[in-house]
Amino acid sequence: MLAKRIIPCLDVKDGRVVKGVNFVNLRDAGDPVELAAIYDKEGADELVFLDISASVEGRATMIEVVRRTAGEITIPFTVGGGISSTDDMKRLLRAGADKIGINTAAIRNPDLISDGSKTFGAQCIVVAIDAKYNAEWGEWEVYTHGGRNPTGIRALEWAKDAERRGAGELLLTSMDADGTKDGFDLPLTAAVSGSVGIPVIASGGAGNAAHFVDVFSQGKADAGLAASIFHYKEVSVREVKDALRAQGVNVR
Amino acid sequence: MIAIIDYGMGNLHSVSKAVERLGAEAVVTSSPAEILAADGAILPGVGAFGDAMANLRETGLESVVKEYAASGKPLLGICLGMQLLFDESEEHGQHAGLSLLPGKVVRFQGDYKVPHMGWNELSFTHDSPIFQELAPGHVYFVHSYHALPQRKEDLLATTDYYQPVTAIVGRGSVYGMQFHPEKSGELGMALLGNFVKLVESKAKD
Repeated sequence: MLAKRIIPCLDVKDGRVVKGVNFVNLRDAGDPVELAAIYDKEGADELVFLDISASVEGRATMIEVVRRTAGEITIPFTVGGGISSTDDMKRLLRAGADKIGINTAAIRNPDLISDGSKTFGAQCIVVAIDAKYNAEWGEWEVYTHGGRNPTGIRALEWAKDAERRGAGELLLTSMDADGTKDGFDLPLTAAVSGSVGIPVIASGGAGNAAHFVDVFSQGKADAGLAASIFHYKEVSVREVKDALRAQGVNVR
Repeated sequence: MIAIIDYGMGNLHSVSKAVERLGAEAVVTSSPAEILAADGAILPGVGAFGDAMANLRETGLESVVKEYAASGKPLLGICLGMQLLFDESEEHGQHAGLSLLPGKVVRFQGDYKVPHMGWNELSFTHDSPIFQELAPGHVYFVHSYHALPQRKEDLLATTDYYQPVTAIVGRGSVYGMQFHPEKSGELGMALLGNFVKLVESKAKD
């Protein structure tokens, strides 16, 4: 059976790794390629690079980071952030990325999902969804622009729509849990995972190894993603996997 | 020299870097002369079966790959490249493949997630130099269609995804891996390393 995946996420700005706590107050945590190689050796199953560069130069630097990373590591990696056309996707895939993450651009132009999926295959189109609980609706709402702008779109509907349009995978971030280290958003993750037939990567809120056990058993996630707890060595990928194995979760 | 066959499908950079890391020379090429002169060849591929065969035909590489395979030098198909080795696929209509191995490629059918995406464990079903001295472990799969080899003896390894799924095939010097060895950690690199060794020992003969 498929192993559950552990995915460290590296936020990259102008070629350097940073991690925002609640998406603000960035701290520098080093060279992305070096970090990627360390995570590969530590047993990470995949990596995600989120490019948060705002400038053209920053984006060009990212292509170089992708090229160097592809030559260095032996696991798949996804690149997201600021990708708004199939040309952007092509450049990153050519440089050696395995998958492309799209978020705000997919909301603005949902055809980007189907165009990317048809051109490059569903397996490399990851639709990232930032969701926040909307008490009035009694369910979750999709946010864009790094979690700043509410869209009025229901997360469960958008997840199903993204799948219909050809997404190969969903990267689901809980805005409520992100940065708290209190654990993944289990109700959100389970609700989305139960409504689609494609893999769901849960993100936001991981604070310790037990949180990963919960997100696989109760959250029905296919993969768990975290950033700062891995970068600041609060817990290692290996420790997370040992804890999962001890609980009978199939890991690599 | 190992030729990574470039026919406009997929991520060739990672495969070529992986071969280089194993200490072999790799060239990404669409030149028939270069492919036919190589000691080993890798047919990668990401995308749809029909598009891939159309590209191979348009670039004249279909007959080159067949001629290369007939020479008895080692050939490795990866992911879609493995599926292309078979007779036909039902991906978006019926498409003829390279027919280097008898069998067909069918879609996953059932109440489970497709694509089969992620790390899954290999079981070795027949002895082969391709996994010499290796213990089975997890490798990285991404695919929505899977191959059904006609001859049981061509099936060298399977993985379990609601059914036994073809993971490694081989006959003579033609090999195929459904997963991505270049993206499958240490075990993937070791399997690719065994292919490189096969290429090197054949080249010395």
